[in-house]
Amino acid sequence: MTAAGHAVSLEEQIELWRSYLRRRQAIHSVDAAELEDHLREQIAVLAAAGLAADEAFLVAVKRIGDLDALSREFAREHSERLWKQLVVPSAETGEPQAAARRDAIAAFCLATLAAVIIKVPALFGTDFGADAGFYARNLSLFVLPLLTGYFAWKRRLDADTVRWLPVPFVAAAVLVNAYPLAPGGYSEALTALHLPIALWLVVGVAYAGGRWSEVGGRMDFIRFSGELFIYYVLIALGGGVLTGFMAMIFQSIGIDIEPFFEEWLLPCGAVGAVVIASWLVEAKQSVIENMAPVLTRLFSPLFAAVLLTFLGALLLTGRGIDIERNVLIAFDLLLVVVLGLLLYSISARDPRSPPGVFDLVQVVLVASALLADAVALSAIAARITEFGFSPNRVAALGENVILLVNLAWSAVLYVRFLRGRGSFTSLERWQTDYLPVYAAWAAIVVIVFPPVFGYV
Amino acid sequence: MVINKDLMAASSTPIVLAILAEGDSYGYAILKRVRELSGGRLEWTDGMLYPVLHRLERLGHVEARWEVGDSGRRRKYYRITPRGRAQLADERRQWQAVDATLRGIWQALVVPGPAAGRVSAAPLPGG
Repeated sequence: MTAAGHAVSLEEQIELWRSYLRRRQAIHSVDAAELEDHLREQIAVLAAAGLAADEAFLVAVKRIGDLDALSREFAREHSERLWKQLVVPSAETGEPQAAARRDAIAAFCLATLAAVIIKVPALFGTDFGADAGFYARNLSLFVLPLLTGYFAWKRRLDADTVRWLPVPFVAAAVLVNAYPLAPGGYSEALTALHLPIALWLVVGVAYAGGRWSEVGGRMDFIRFSGELFIYYVLIALGGGVLTGFMAMIFQSIGIDIEPFFEEWLLPCGAVGAVVIASWLVEAKQSVIENMAPVLTRLFSPLFAAVLLTFLGALLLTGRGIDIERNVLIAFDLLLVVVLGLLLYSISARDPRSPPGVFDLVQVVLVASALLADAVALSAIAARITEFGFSPNRVAALGENVILLVNLAWSAVLYVRFLRGRGSFTSLERWQTDYLPVYAAWAAIVVIVFPPVFGYV
Repeated sequence: MVINKDLMAASSTPIVLAILAEGDSYGYAILKRVRELSGGRLEWTDGMLYPVLHRLERLGHVEARWEVGDSGRRRKYYRITPRGRAQLADERRQWQAVDATLRGIWQALVVPGPAAGRVSAAPLPGG
């Protein structure tokens, strides 16, 4: 009986040791197996020499050596392992690899489908050049339903959720095409800009896969959105390089690719890349480090410094903000960037760790952005009647208020956390709870604004 | 006896290749053989053998295969390749040159070692 007890505890000890080993990036599972074989033989020899199982285990582990030093040695021999390889899935076991391949195939099929769908209106004579408004209004409807479908499939959403997921897309499609929007007008531009934001929430619900009601699920969606953006930009840059070379080499044989580029490559590539980028984020989330938090770390202090200098200059020179047409939009964008910096630093932070210097930088960043925005808002408020209420201005003002409220309360929560009176999770909760507000405002802009402002 | 790290690293290649030249083997048995040959004077940290084996594998001096051993566990066996034998011969010449040089100088230097016949860094203080 004692022997059996010992055997179990020895297995447990070996299991624990193996799990320590597996945490080392440079030591792959085959190497761990090799080392485990060594450990077991050593234990057997020591046990045969009369040592108790746990003693034999301790001696054998000690002989194998310090794991840090060992993994350094492995890393020196296999330096490529420290660079996680991108597209090649790790060939460890068969089952997850099959799932990964199925995912990849589904993503490529959906990307192709998106590329086909964006060309369908052309069959009915809707041209990219002549009917730019149609494509601008409907752009998100060409790709977001596919993305939603991808996640609904991947997350195996229950039938109830799947049933209502198409509703917002259908409603949006009917609405934006039924409204008599003036071509090239403000309302059309606003719709083109805000519909994707409103519908992005639907993607989020599918992405969260039943975890939308949890803070964690929504936070994952925030992380996903940031990474998706980065991947998309990278793909777009690559596409730009590819197109540049294509244009150059075909030019040399007297073929102009511009019509092909404008009619096919750009639209098909742009919608397909959304699906591909989403798939990449999903496939790589555990493989490579997330980039958004890294960029946040880099730019939060820089933005804070710029904003503080701006406020200082405002005070010293006593200049007012020159209210131009686009100044409100500029400040909206500033708040969006600051919010992004805040959001992605929150998303990567361990809620349990105590406040640090970087948290202070975040608070300074948010506070200075709020001050700068308040100055701009007061300058605008003084002259808003003079400018009149165009749909653009009202939308920009609404966004400004929404962002201001979010950042102001975030600053309060952050200061509370820094002073040890609140937990970091309340800040997380606030940010994730706020997500529907953006979508709701975007929906209002799309649904309510055109009739109110006469579809101009 | 503590053998310095560089010397250990430099000697590990010929030692491992020579042991594998005797016949195919696996990690634990190689270490056992090292202990036998050195009379316990060469104390390798067990784990460190594996990166050495993997380096030799990458260089094509040995090749590895997995087999189910008599213990019933999967075990990674190493076999020396023709390239490994050539490398071993080369290493052997180099070490013989070093060895011959040192022998010459040990004989010329009449320094009493702590024990007769044992190589030691006697000229160094506290060595």
